[in-house]
Amino acid sequence: MTSSRGSGAGIRRNVARKAVAALALSAVTLLAGCGADATQSSPSAGAKAFKPVKQDNASKITVWTDSTRLPQVQEYQKQHPDAKLNVVTYDGGADGSTYLQTKVQLFDRTGKGWPDVVFGSPTDVTWASEPTKPGAVAFAAPLDQNLVPQKTLDNFAKGSLAPCQVDGHTYCMRNDIAQVVLWYNKKLMDQFGYQVPTTWDQYQALGQKLAKEHPGYLVGSVGDTNSQESYFWSSQCPAFNLTAPDTLRVALGDEKCTRMSKLLDTLIANKTVSTQGFFSQGFAKDSGSKVLMAYGPSWYGQYLFNAAFKTPAGQISAAAPLTWPGETTASTGNVGGGLWMVSAHSANLKASTDLVSWLTTSDANQAKAPTYPAYAPAADAWLANPDNKKYFAGDISDVFRTAAGQVWTGWSNTKFSDATAWSSVVLPALTSGKTLTATLPAWQTAIANEAKAVGYKVTTK
Amino acid sequence: MTVLDTQHVTSAPRRRDSSRRRGGRAGYLFVAGYAILLLAFGVFPTVYSLYLSLTNDRGQFTGINQFTKVMGDYRFVPAFTNILFYLVMWLVVLVVLTVLVAVVLRGRMKPGLSAVFRFLYYIPGALAGVASVLVWLFMLDPAVSPVSWVLDAMGKDTFAAVLSPGDLPVIFVLIAFWTGAGGWIVVMYGALNNIPDEVIEAARMDGAGPWKTAWHIQIPMIRQWIAYMTILAFAAGTQLFVEPQLLQTASLGRVSPTWSPNQLAYVFAFQQGDFNGAAAISVFLLVLGVIVAGLLVWRSDMFKLDEK
Repeated sequence: MTSSRGSGAGIRRNVARKAVAALALSAVTLLAGCGADATQSSPSAGAKAFKPVKQDNASKITVWTDSTRLPQVQEYQKQHPDAKLNVVTYDGGADGSTYLQTKVQLFDRTGKGWPDVVFGSPTDVTWASEPTKPGAVAFAAPLDQNLVPQKTLDNFAKGSLAPCQVDGHTYCMRNDIAQVVLWYNKKLMDQFGYQVPTTWDQYQALGQKLAKEHPGYLVGSVGDTNSQESYFWSSQCPAFNLTAPDTLRVALGDEKCTRMSKLLDTLIANKTVSTQGFFSQGFAKDSGSKVLMAYGPSWYGQYLFNAAFKTPAGQISAAAPLTWPGETTASTGNVGGGLWMVSAHSANLKASTDLVSWLTTSDANQAKAPTYPAYAPAADAWLANPDNKKYFAGDISDVFRTAAGQVWTGWSNTKFSDATAWSSVVLPALTSGKTLTATLPAWQTAIANEAKAVGYKVTTK
Repeated sequence: MTVLDTQHVTSAPRRRDSSRRRGGRAGYLFVAGYAILLLAFGVFPTVYSLYLSLTNDRGQFTGINQFTKVMGDYRFVPAFTNILFYLVMWLVVLVVLTVLVAVVLRGRMKPGLSAVFRFLYYIPGALAGVASVLVWLFMLDPAVSPVSWVLDAMGKDTFAAVLSPGDLPVIFVLIAFWTGAGGWIVVMYGALNNIPDEVIEAARMDGAGPWKTAWHIQIPMIRQWIAYMTILAFAAGTQLFVEPQLLQTASLGRVSPTWSPNQLAYVFAFQQGDFNGAAAISVFLLVLGVIVAGLLVWRSDMFKLDEK
């Protein structure tokens, strides 16, 4: 009792002293009217040589994984009984969640608590590769500096490590890619007597035909947090185009954006494209069986049609990404695709790197992985596994493999999520009955504002 | 009639034992416990945020630069506009309805029934904040809501339509009223109990009906309590965070992540790593709360002691 009173008095004295000091200093500054030049310093780029902390190869490592990847981490533990892991599940950056970033900000302030290995989204690398404040160490360790052999990194699918690369260093290993393809219900297509479209014109024409002949059926949805990645990315719309590391081009007036918004407006108007998300509450029950086509990522097959819509096996298939007039090869989008990072603060980089390498590159793991692997040799093993294909109506191997190499590189990985403006500005406008084309200026402003707030220069031309 | 029934409750005399009112170590101990917690978790963080708001991330003093910076942020005006709309609606609804319900409970209901109602009103407030918002997430989603026919009747057939930006303040007022008003009804009821029965009796003899009594006697006499409730509700209202944050997550991003100033401060601190800017926003909220509290205290003579 006595001691707590004593320390209480100490705190009180301290607080009083600090309060007086703060007030006096602020008064002085206000009176003098002279602040320091910069209100906030920008963290220096993380290109400095990486200095690991003192290593202990026997220490336990903490792994943060999303629940989808949890069985894989458990499998590693089973195959490596000597590895000492402390496994924590968290939401893994889904839907623009910033849990990891929030926590790392706090760990950087308290100087401890960082997990050794984390599963994250491509957006996470943009902040994790830079110190969160002056004097801090960037969270992600550069894996190309004596941690992972260059030969291994070279084997990832073309462009799939682009989100991991900052200032010439590689800060993550990509777990999976989510190349966008055209999903369709083969059974319904045959029943209606329709041909699978190969161009955007055919897609639109089919949507118009469907509205007349089979009202209530759908060719797509724009209502999810990531629908813009399926459609506008595939249209090569310069919405998130880094022309220099600090300069973002947001040009939604571009013809490559309006061609997509006009196409979608037509289909939204005739109700063949839903403004309700595929993943929104109640959609699966009400409209799941009415989805004739869905332009979306490779994981739609298992996660949307199989798990959410419960479409019976043997009905769903995938076709190659659609092309625009004058194009011979398609450009497509990439919706998610997780990655693994190793913490620069890890006291056991060897164990951490070993785990991350096994998770992303080993056939033993990736052949059974739920999503399409980014590591090319593992992707072949994945496609060779009958479990990954038997649900589908046809062989999706070629479509997946080709689309993986067609992801358009003009949609950059930025320090802010590309989902926020789409979800909080565009989707409510669509719900209130505005057209997508009419909402493009508001979307552009929202993206530009977000970009400027995190320090980008923005051009809109 | 009811007034007479409850007489024994209100007028129980209390014996004062003046011999116990001497000073002692125990008194200091009791006060010290709270004082330490208040300093550690109330005063110190406030002073620290004042310090942060006047410096940058290198600890250099920047005067009012942090304040001008956050005011210039594109999310500042929308967030404060949102909270203003919300506060005006919430305070009006809170004051009118809680006082009305308390008056009805006090004057027009049998004491036993009144106690049952007061208990029922209090239940939602006893639920943890997040849990009560989750209840509302179900109520507001037509796909799962037990009252989806009400939503349908208003032309809201999807969760997305329910969450249209213009309706958000109303939704937050609904949630806040449901979770917070019950406790205040109980407090207002207690305040009404403090009015001496002779006063009510005198009003009745002068020919005042229940509503006249409420308007001319009861409400003016609990004015200080109403002011007290308004101050606390205003302070709590400016802190709005959990409701928009949870709706934001549950709606897969259809609600802006910076809808309220507190959310904006959160984004500044934990996404942009700008703790100084976040502190500046919280100082804005603090100043706002102090000004409004000062006005209400002054206008309602809250600290004026009764001449007894």
